[in-house]
Formats: sequence, C-alpha cells, structure tokens
Amino acid sequence: MTGAITFRRKAADRVMKWVFYLCAFLVVLPLFLIFFDLVIKGAKELRWSLLVDLPHPVGEPGGGIANGILGTVVITLLTMTWSVPVAVMSGIYLAEYGRGTFASAVRFAVDTLTGVPSIIMGIFAYMLLVLPMKRFSAWAGAAALSMIFIPVVVRTTEDMLRTVPTTVREAALALGIARWKATLRITVRTAWPGILTGILLAMSRIIGETAPLLFTALGNQFWQSHLDQPMAAVPLQVFTYAISPYEDWHDKAWAGALVLITMVLLVNIAARVLTREKR
Amino acid sequence: MAARSGKISKDLVFEKASAFFASVVLFLAVLLFAVLLRESLPALRKFGASFLVTGTWDPVLEHFGVLPFLFGTLVSSTLALLIAVPLSVGAAIFINEFAPPWLKAPVSLLAELLAAIPSVIYGLWGIFVLVPILRDVFMKPLAKYLGWIPLFKGPVYGPSMLAAGVLLAIMIIPFILSVSREVLATVPQRQKEAVLSLGGTRWEMIRIVIGQHCIPGIFGATILGLGRALGETMAVTMVIGNRPEIFASLFQQGYSMAAVIANEFAEAGGLQLSSLVLIGLLLMLLTLFVNFAAKGMLSKMVARASRGI
Amino acid sequence: MANVFEIHDLSSWFGENQVLKKIRMDIARYSVTSVMGPSGCGKSTFIRCLNRMHDMTPGFRMSGEILLDGTNILSEKVDPVNLRRRVGMVFQQPNPFPRMSVFENVAVGLKLNGKTLSRGDIAERVERSLVMAALWNEVKDHLAQPGISLSGGQQQRLCIARALAVEPEVLLMDEPCSALDPASTAKIEELIEDLSEKYTIAVVTHNMQQAARISDQVAFFLMGELIEMDKSGKIFTNPSDKRTEQYITGRFG
Repeated sequence: MTGAITFRRKAADRVMKWVFYLCAFLVVLPLFLIFFDLVIKGAKELRWSLLVDLPHPVGEPGGGIANGILGTVVITLLTMTWSVPVAVMSGIYLAEYGRGTFASAVRFAVDTLTGVPSIIMGIFAYMLLVLPMKRFSAWAGAAALSMIFIPVVVRTTEDMLRTVPTTVREAALALGIARWKATLRITVRTAWPGILTGILLAMSRIIGETAPLLFTALGNQFWQSHLDQPMAAVPLQVFTYAISPYEDWHDKAWAGALVLITMVLLVNIAARVLTREKR
Repeated sequence: MAARSGKISKDLVFEKASAFFASVVLFLAVLLFAVLLRESLPALRKFGASFLVTGTWDPVLEHFGVLPFLFGTLVSSTLALLIAVPLSVGAAIFINEFAPPWLKAPVSLLAELLAAIPSVIYGLWGIFVLVPILRDVFMKPLAKYLGWIPLFKGPVYGPSMLAAGVLLAIMIIPFILSVSREVLATVPQRQKEAVLSLGGTRWEMIRIVIGQHCIPGIFGATILGLGRALGETMAVTMVIGNRPEIFASLFQQGYSMAAVIANEFAEAGGLQLSSLVLIGLLLMLLTLFVNFAAKGMLSKMVARASRGI
Repeated sequence: MANVFEIHDLSSWFGENQVLKKIRMDIARYSVTSVMGPSGCGKSTFIRCLNRMHDMTPGFRMSGEILLDGTNILSEKVDPVNLRRRVGMVFQQPNPFPRMSVFENVAVGLKLNGKTLSRGDIAERVERSLVMAALWNEVKDHLAQPGISLSGGQQQRLCIARALAVEPEVLLMDEPCSALDPASTAKIEELIEDLSEKYTIAVVTHNMQQAARISDQVAFFLMGELIEMDKSGKIFTNPSDKRTEQYITGRFG
C-alpha cells in the first residue's frame, strides 16, 4: 500500500461504501413493507366487532377473533404461572448454588432446549397430554409453550444474577440475614429489572408462537372456558384464515395479524423500556 | 446465641427447593428425548436407515421416507443463508463502520424488531405479498428466458423453494446481523488504524480486517442462522408449496421437515404418526448439531479476541 | 467479662494453602483493635473468621477456637446468621444495596432479620443509626434517594449505619477507608472513635498512621502469623519484635 491512492482503489472504496449502504437498506426494507401491509390490509377489517365477536362462518360478513384474543391471553398466562417460578428458581439455583456435575448437566439441558425447534415442543406436549387425555386442550398448548419459555428465562435469570457483585451478597450476609432471604430479597431484587426484561421478552415470543399450538391447543370456533378443551388463539386464527381459499377470511387474517403484532410489540417494547430504566 | 435454629434448615430447604426446580428442567429435557425416541421406534424399526433415503411419502400404502423433506429443509435453509449472510454482514459493516451515530440505534432497533415478528405473520405476508412479487417480477421472466437451466425451470406457480428461501432469509437476518456486529466489534481499534495509517482506503481496511479476523466468527454466525432456519415452521409451511417431491428447479414446490409435521400431525395415526415423530427427532438432532457447532466456533472466536489476537 | 473475643490457636486454610497459623488474641470490650500487616499477611482473612464470612467459600477450613463471650463460634451448633447479627461488618468498597433507597439500605437488615418492628420503630432505628454514623444531617432530606447516588465517603457511612441498625456488639471493618479520599477518611476515623464508646471495633488497615490514630491496641500480622500485639503507643515506639520494627520503619510491605 504505497504511494498515492490510485483511481481504481478510490473507485472500489466508493462502490463498496454504497454496497454497504444498500445492504443496510435491504435489511430494514422488509420490516417497513411488512408493517405497511399489516396496517393497510389489517385496517380493512379492524372494527370493534373484531375484538369482541366470535368468528362468523365463511361468507357471513362481520365476526371477530375475540375468542382467540382471550385464548392467547389465557394460554400465555397459564404457561407463565408455572413456568416463571420453575425458570426463575432454576436460574437462582444455577447462579447461587450451581457447582458440580448436576449443575453442568442442567446448563447443558437448558442450552439444548433453547435450540430445539418449537414445533418439536408441540409433538412433545401432544404425546404427553393430548394422547392420554384423548383431546386437544389449552393445557397441552401451555405445556408446549412452557418448553420454549423455560429455558430462555432460566438462562437470563442466571446471567442477570451473575451480574450482581459478590460484595452485595456479602453485605447482606454480614447483616445477619439468612442466606435464602438474602438471595430472594436482596440478590434477586438487585437483578430483578434484567430478569423481568427476560421474562417479558420470552412472553412476547410465546404470544406469537403458532407451530407448537397446532396440535395441542388446536383452535376453536367458539368461546371455551374449560382448560381441558381445545382453545382458540390469535396466531392459529391468522394461520387458518391465511391458508383458506376465501377472500373475506384473508382480510380477517390480516386484521388478526395486526392484533397479534400489537400484542407482541406491546410486551416487547415494555421489556425494552424496563431495561433502559435500569441504566 | 441460639443453637442451630430454624434458619439453617430453611436455607437448606431453599437450596434443595431451587435444586428441585433445576432438576425439573433437566428432567424435561431428558423426557423430551425419551418421548421422541419411544414414539419414533415403530417407524425406525420398520424402515431403519432406508428412512433417510426413501423419497416416497404414501399414507395409503404406509410407506414413508424423509428424503423430500430433508431436501426441502436443507435447500431452503441454504438458499436463505446465501441471501442473508452477505446482506447481514454488509449491514453490520454499515452500522459499525459507516453509519452516523444517530442512525446506529434506530437501524439496530429495527433489525431487532424484525426478530420479534411472529413467524405466522411472515408467512401471511409471504403468501399475499412476497410470493406474488417474486412470481411476477422474478420467477416468470427468468423461467421464460433462462428456463433451459434446470434451476430456473418452470412452470411457475408462486409457492416454491425460492419463496421459502427468501422468506427464511428475511427471518434469520436479525440473528446473523447481531452476531456479525459482535464479531466485528471484537476487532481491536489499533488494527484498523494500522491499515488506515499505511494509506489504506476504508474498504481495504474492512477487507483486510475481516479477512484476518472475522471469517471464523461470521462463519459461526452463519451456522447459527442455519440453526434458526432449519427449525422454522409456519412461514415455510405457508409458502413452500407442500409437495413431497424433489425438483431441481427452485421455482418448483417443495416440502420441509417442520412443514410436514405441522400439516399432517394432528390427523395422523399409527405408522404415519411414528414417521412424523421420527422426522421431528431427526430435525431436532440436526438443529442441535448445528447449534453446538456454531457455539463452539463463536466461543473460539471470543477466546481468540480476548487474547488480543 | 472484659474480653469480647478470646481466640485460641486459630488456623485456617484455603484448600491446601494455610493462611492463618495458630493465632492467639484477646479483644477487650469497647476497645478499638487495629489489625495491620503487608498485603497477603492474612489480616482480612482473620477478621472475616470472626463473623464466619468464610462459610460460603468452598475449600475454606478453620481449626482452633474463637470464643465470643465464652461460646466457641466455630462450633457446629452456632448459627452464623445469629452470630453476624452480633458481629457486624463494614467492607473495603462501600457496598450499599443497589436499587434500594438510603432509608431502605439501613432498614433492610431490621426487616429481614425476622424481628417484627412497627413502621415507627423502624424509622426511629434508621434515624438513630444514621445519626450514629454521622450521616443523618447530610441525608435526612434525601432518604428516598438511591443509596448509590451518595458520594463514596457517604456511601461508606451509610454502610456503617446499615451495620449499626441491627444493633451488633462488635463492628468489624475491613480496610474501610482504602477506597476513600482523605477528607472522608478523616470523618470515618472520627466516627470510629465515637463508636468505640458503645461498640467493640476491629479494623483491618495497612495504613500505620491510621492504626496509630484510632486504635487502643494494634496487632501485627506477617505471613499468616500474629507477630505481636500491644498497646498502640508501645508498638509504634518500642516494638518487641524485630519484624514489627522493620515493618514500621518501612523496611518491607
């Protein structure tokens, strides 16, 4: 690299610069396109009745996805009521006590589960709950989603607890606070914003998951208050409407997608806002 | 000072309780493998290794093989990587090296939002927006003029291997992008300055630095993206065409391992169900293998960077 | 009993590595004892034995006896949690709990110690502790502020107040001033003198002037051994051991 910059090198530099600009543009372009289409096409069917009515049969105008919205909320909360304690406690175990082979085995299991495709979790819940119960159910859907939720939250909980300095733990113990109390009320509290962010990000992910619900929660045309029965969910409705051959259902798919992305992004953005506040 | 009071035993209870929850997680992982293995046994017994190379999927004659699905999964994922990796690396270079500071945060936020979109929404958008565009603007003309090349052979329907690949590419870009940015950030500033101080242009700096430093890391990012793409279900199911056959042309329909499970599982029984579980097991092993390979590569990269090499 | 601590032949190991060798020492009630010596001499390890802070460290062992008011605290029967309520500790780096206000930082020990105190009692104890730690006047209008928003010196006094709130009998301080500026250090030293009227204090320091200023008695450690312990006037003017003299005159350390 001696002497003046030749014309060719300068030109190459200029061209490559524009190539990088183009790459960045192409990367964010789909996002704009998707949001644009979601809003334009989703707005067509976005009426109040969409949020409060049951689905109508094909050809009958109106109708909504209210049962799906409720189903998504129910299945998500069901998943979290048992997954949050399991995941956070496991994370606490790994960060505060986890030494030795057992802990390494758990960490390996968590790493493994994180990488398993979500549809496999559907198979798992099907074999474990749907077959023995002889019916599709909200329980089975929640079980499948738990398998996605738990490993992610175990990991973040462990990572976040590890960012708490040892001096904080020592200070708590030196006050004569029992270790379990010090862990829960001081160490976990110190790391809590980060843990909560992890929980919310995992939640935003399971809200949008479709594949694990296909043959667990299955979907439902009607209201369903029994957790041992098939239950509707917005992602399932979007899927069903999207692959149907009917024009008016396609519009509903877009409206449902708009509702779904709103739910997902609300939780996702809440998670990000929390992280920012921490700093 | 009270003798060993309730406090110590409560500590023990808490530790054991947390260990119990951890063992639940471990148990679930083991159970997952056990269940998949047990349920796939009938198919495994019946077909054995021939399952891997059989191209038929016939529920009536109960003859099943994974080949067309394996082919579809691998081809669509590879296609996705071919598109996503250059774009992601280019965008990562743009964000890290060229973007004005005020633009960095929004661009990376947008990329992260891409990762948050549920896959069923990608699928919906794929069916109604991406596939028609690809079909009319890209596939039809290409099939017309370059149709003699097997890769671009018609007839053009729309849902196709190509559509699946492009959609997958869009979906995995955020992951490859964020890992690539981390990899690029491990390059010591002094190395970049060294090239610039020798009179190198910015592009030369990037080329040299990436060539020396980032190839293994970017390879790791690629493999990580592959892990994502292999297991992706909904979006692929919605645009790949769901036809269990093997075609040379990218414009033809295909099928993927995850898609066949999604489509047939709820109504399957007997040997078909077992075969589907076996496909699931194979998919899981494939994904895990790829993930751990990626992790190994990336951690080597990080270790190297921390040694300042 | 005139002595709070009576330590007999205390030895300790990190794994295979012996860090304390047969320490014998008495600590009188309401006295200030300085523990000094070059880095790595075992002085921090030593005072952390006095409230069993090493219990969590894997591979750490102790032998010998530490009698606190006649009870051997190394005994299995002694609950370290109760022990630490009687023997408080202040650390080298000010370590207020992040994400807790000034008030909560002081109150948390009371709340989590299993005692049921009314809100008014807690507020009163918090104020009293902050007054004792000479911090009240500076923070009384900012009690809801995060503890970590205070200056370094204030943070350290906050940690002292936090330790005082659970009403210990002994206060262990592990190089409490090493992270502070001279002005803050002077304040802490003043505070130690005031506190010695009600508390027994042991301070680890590697600052000889500080040891001379604040302590009634000084213990000199070297390579895990207690070389000499005496009145601070004596040890700095006329040490009995050659090695103490060498250290004081700056030959090593």
